[in-house]
Amino acid sequence: MQTEDYLLFDDFKSWKKYCEKHNKLLFEPVLDYEIHQKGTKETAIWEGIATAYQVMCEAVDTGLNEEMTSRSGMINNGAKKVYRYPKAVLSAEFQRLIARALAAKEVNSCMGRVVAAPTAGASGILPGTLYTLQELHDIPNQKIYEGMLVGAGIALIIERNASIAGAVGGCQAETGTAAAMASGAIVYCLGGDINQVFGAVAITIQCMLGLVCDPVAGLVEIPCVVRNASAAAIAYSSAQISLASVDSVIPVDECIMAMGEIGQAMEARYKETALGGLAATPTGQAISRRVLIHDIEMLDDEPEQ
Amino acid sequence: MAERSSVFDMIGPVMIGPSSSHTAGVVRIARAAIRVFGSIPDEVDITFYNSFARTYEGHGSDKAILAGLLDFKTDDKRIKDAFEHAKQQGLTYKFRSVGNAAIYHPNTIKLNMRKGAHEVEVIGVSKGGGLILIEEVNGFAANFTSSLHTLIIFAKDQPGSIAFISDIIAHEDGNIATMSVTRKGKSGQACLVLEIDTGIRMLTKDYIESLSWVDQVIYIPDIDM
Repeated sequence: MQTEDYLLFDDFKSWKKYCEKHNKLLFEPVLDYEIHQKGTKETAIWEGIATAYQVMCEAVDTGLNEEMTSRSGMINNGAKKVYRYPKAVLSAEFQRLIARALAAKEVNSCMGRVVAAPTAGASGILPGTLYTLQELHDIPNQKIYEGMLVGAGIALIIERNASIAGAVGGCQAETGTAAAMASGAIVYCLGGDINQVFGAVAITIQCMLGLVCDPVAGLVEIPCVVRNASAAAIAYSSAQISLASVDSVIPVDECIMAMGEIGQAMEARYKETALGGLAATPTGQAISRRVLIHDIEMLDDEPEQ
Repeated sequence: MAERSSVFDMIGPVMIGPSSSHTAGVVRIARAAIRVFGSIPDEVDITFYNSFARTYEGHGSDKAILAGLLDFKTDDKRIKDAFEHAKQQGLTYKFRSVGNAAIYHPNTIKLNMRKGAHEVEVIGVSKGGGLILIEEVNGFAANFTSSLHTLIIFAKDQPGSIAFISDIIAHEDGNIATMSVTRKGKSGQACLVLEIDTGIRMLTKDYIESLSWVDQVIYIPDIDM
């Protein structure tokens, strides 16, 4: 479905066609969508995006500088340890990327301020990747904001054709979508064309497919925090592959369909219920017993009233 | 077809972690509750039901509810230190966990707020994504989301009252999105809850309150402002 005036972000194919037909950059129809659908003024959209980026960068800095221990104790200043570790396994840049994605997500786990992008559980991925991208390539803020709008367009399509919620589609829906947003934004900011941007999304989704949501004790901590780091790494590996125009073979819209199909087939215990996977391991269960409240008055089975 | 999402649903909201249903939604339940109460209470009993009963500490929902009772917004960094702020501001509180409450949604909270002789009970549900539903006010079914402007009217149960009130709102150019009316017991008191797309003037609120058959009017504009 498409109106004459603006694009509704039903799929990637129509986004590409629209941009080619009207000779527009990828972020422009996203801007038009928000203006027409939500009645938001263009200046307010740019301000909102700028605020979001500012909060993301603050989350990275907070996670790297302030005390970050969660109530359960499972999260304990991991980002700082990674950031300061003397040996870089790959490069100093990679070390900083991983530390920053961890940092922003740790802030989320420790009741700090973050941007849900697309969700709170995936709130370390865009901060880690974009912060590092800007530092490495000296990209102006405006270009980063455009990349974020491209990311928002990517998420709108995924939400429509698969899901962005762990309770509906598993972890692939949350961290997978965030990684796809980040990868597309990276390629866009580095001057990639539409095929390269969408190729990066397709490859990222291919790498993230099938990931289940199995949080220990139901808390947004283990494995959520480390998965934000790995998703950030995958966003970069996919961007590197696609920028060289290596074909994803399966078109991006079909990758999203596969993600939706897998999400639907996934059993409920792998969808944020803390009943399967890591949550169901002996250690996961022991942590759950320790963290959850047991001093509960249980009502009789007959409803009161 | 469901309404399409905003760019700022994909990149946003700016919020305090860890989760929209355990933090933002809980803060909003309390923000709605203190507006029903009329001010920040001196004393509050907080009951977490069902799923919340087990998980509220791990997710920091206890801090979130106190922060909301202190009128902090959902993106306020002070939420993390809500216990200290409650102490400073003299808000005393008690937590209670109740499981297997089949009549309630998994993520339900009951607040019993007190200040002197003034007492109000509010029951709210955190529905996910920061969305809430205030189910009950003082035992009356309320069922408002606080996403719009809410008008709660406690009045004597008499014929024509609903038509009269909706006529007044129409003259304010207010579009009523939802309306619920409940009667309680044999007291003859009714509770009328209206959700309106646009705000109303204080003059209108005062007029309704001045009517002989109206006992109390509570007006709750956008709770996120």
